[in-house]
Amino acid sequence: MSSEFEPTILAFVCNWCTYTAADLAGTSRMVQQPNLRLVRVMCTGMVDPKYIVKSLLSGADGVLVSGCHPGDCHYINGNYKARRRVKLLNEILPQFGIERERVKLTWVGASEGNEFAATVNGFINEIRELGPMEARSMAVV
Amino acid sequence: MANRIGVYICHCGSNIAGKVDCAGVARFASGIKDVAVARDYQFMCSDPGQEMIIRDIREHGLNRVVVASCSPRLHEKTFQKACARGGLNPYLMQHCCIREHCSWTTADPGEATAKARHIVEAAVDRVGHHGELFSREVDVLPDVMVVGAGIAGIQASLDIAKSGHQVHLVEKSPSIGGHMAQFDKTFPTLDCAACISTPKMVAVSQEPNIHLMTWSEVVDVSGFVGNYTVTVLRKPRYVNEDICTGCGACLEKCPTKTLSEFNEGLSERRAIYRNSPQAVPSTPVIDASVCKKITKDKCGICQKVCPTGAIDYTMRERREVYHVGSIVLATGYDAMDPTPLREYGFGRFPEVYTALQFERLNNAVGPTGGKIVMKNGEKPKSVGIIHCVGSRDRNYHEYCSRTCCMYALKFDHLIKDKVGHDTRVYNFYIDMRCFGKGYEEFFRRVQEEGVTFIRGRPAEVVEEDGKLVVVGEDTLLGMNVRVPVDMVILCTAMEPGRGATEVARVFGIAQGQDGFFLEEHPKLGPVSTATDGVFLAGTCQGPKDIPDAVAHASGGAAQAIALAARGKVSISPTTSWIDPDVCIGCKVCINLCPYSAIEFDERRNVSVINEAMCKGCGSCAGYCPSGAAQIKHFNQTQLFNEIDGMLGMMFEPPPPASDPQAADQPGEA
Repeated sequence: MSSEFEPTILAFVCNWCTYTAADLAGTSRMVQQPNLRLVRVMCTGMVDPKYIVKSLLSGADGVLVSGCHPGDCHYINGNYKARRRVKLLNEILPQFGIERERVKLTWVGASEGNEFAATVNGFINEIRELGPMEARSMAVV
Repeated sequence: MANRIGVYICHCGSNIAGKVDCAGVARFASGIKDVAVARDYQFMCSDPGQEMIIRDIREHGLNRVVVASCSPRLHEKTFQKACARGGLNPYLMQHCCIREHCSWTTADPGEATAKARHIVEAAVDRVGHHGELFSREVDVLPDVMVVGAGIAGIQASLDIAKSGHQVHLVEKSPSIGGHMAQFDKTFPTLDCAACISTPKMVAVSQEPNIHLMTWSEVVDVSGFVGNYTVTVLRKPRYVNEDICTGCGACLEKCPTKTLSEFNEGLSERRAIYRNSPQAVPSTPVIDASVCKKITKDKCGICQKVCPTGAIDYTMRERREVYHVGSIVLATGYDAMDPTPLREYGFGRFPEVYTALQFERLNNAVGPTGGKIVMKNGEKPKSVGIIHCVGSRDRNYHEYCSRTCCMYALKFDHLIKDKVGHDTRVYNFYIDMRCFGKGYEEFFRRVQEEGVTFIRGRPAEVVEEDGKLVVVGEDTLLGMNVRVPVDMVILCTAMEPGRGATEVARVFGIAQGQDGFFLEEHPKLGPVSTATDGVFLAGTCQGPKDIPDAVAHASGGAAQAIALAARGKVSISPTTSWIDPDVCIGCKVCINLCPYSAIEFDERRNVSVINEAMCKGCGSCAGYCPSGAAQIKHFNQTQLFNEIDGMLGMMFEPPPPASDPQAADQPGEA
């Protein structure tokens, strides 16, 4: 595994909790590694697994899905739906040679700026450790 | 016709330009397909910045706009409105964030610039697939619900009632007034709390536009801004409010006694009780957990003595439904229980009091009739007041409770005034925070009255020879102190109300890290929440003294009145849409929808969104196996293009970081 490898991480974050936490981390000037790209969605419940698969195939080395804590969803229960979908996806991905660790679901509440920065930095480190996604180079899309 | 996209990169003074080479990003953007014009400017949100967009829409014939600046949560609406003024549908604009998520969090300028380019590219790729959307207007119901009838809830209700709108005021305890009704004097003016709050309480009960429901709780809220349906649980009072005259005969004859919550456990009350003779409403309530008639079917004295026959042991709880346009939450705070701080001996030593207990000792209708005396009936010769108990303490609450310094000074004065000027009063403080109008002057006055101030959080309170000793350090003198006193008062932290988590869940709002309700913006939106039409008032949002709570409540009321007065509210058009040509009629979305906003059209065999109820969460779109359900403004094409843009040119070697100072001139790239 090359030490030169810098992973690319795509994150789908919900507007009400994790995106707000990302704003707060910024306002509090909590430095994060630059490997992350944020895609704002209204709720993690709208993250179709095909968005995650598409990201992995288009060049992301890891995908983070992050929303409100259980019970705090702005739309009552969208985060539970995300949990089910990501769990299923985690089961399926290894069959295609993609490590399940590349897709991660977390809960980061609106006031947890520090938690957001820590989650992002932690996930980037995990994926850097894991190395580039081999399956992508072999996939025929 | 090909798209003509305008891209605007904001410097935000030096907030973005300090890290990101804005001119470079604009040059890069000008090379992306369909970009007609790309500019950078110091403050896009300023008037000249917005004018620049409007001018370009007209002169360059732009049909799409991308603004890269701060978080869309801050200024998306600003730029949407600017586009609308320029004649462009606001949803043909994409706002992306290169400040909070880029310049402020990335250490290296080269990396920050590279990241900003990806973010801008994603926005440009996405905006090309935006479509025109039109907001719809719905009627706002004229009534307002206020939850909590402490001083903040009272103020908000009176303000709203004054505007001519009907207020449904819900209070969980048997009478209104909240914590303020427990106080005797208020700082720094030493106004008597009852003299300023009782008239307001009476005004609430007499105001025809206020429908007061005490001993009641909100159990369910559904609907959306302008159209909330609220279910209120009316607990059984066992006394008929319509018949009771408040004569008080029952209160004297009831044989069952229990500790009084209103007097903070310092005295007893009867099973049938009211908090004080001035309680509003004056109708007593029966405590069903101790009443002998209700628990064991013995006694029944109150019913016998009641001259109007108002006592009804068969009363049951009932649910009432109200339809309101907006909701003001004024559920207040609770004082922290200092028992876990065992070092201060609360609960072990009888002469250690909480601040609220001391308020009751002071109060003319309190357990001692307003005399400051110890449990043995004697006046204390010396009193220690410990500040910041549970506040500014990593083990309990990191925040400052904002009121303790000032009420401690009030206690200082009251002790000197009531017990005698030879009484020794010691304050153990960390910092004196006397920030309000007339507060510093009051601090000076109390100092001149001969009160001692010792800087340092005490280590513990111990008992020696029948006297309490406060052990601590005077950090200004740099020496340990042991101060013998007769009485200790703990200035306990203001905490979120004990039911705050449940209240947040019922009303669909968030709590901050400290547990208080989260406002929309800490500075510019302190009374709104992330849920449209739900506003905050008073200490449920954070610790406040009375003037701040009242001001905050009036702010919350003004927001509710604004909604009700206009009578219309515009609802975001970013709802879901199910393409009838694609839908296979599997009905999976119908059960997934948390708002029951999807109906099935049997004739066409497709699911149909009811746009009035859809909130655009995308639960249906995230699952729809045929891809028929899509969220407008977050559809598959838009997201796929955003993903492609984000991943487009990852980790190319960043260009040599140019001097950000050189990029401060607006210019066409």
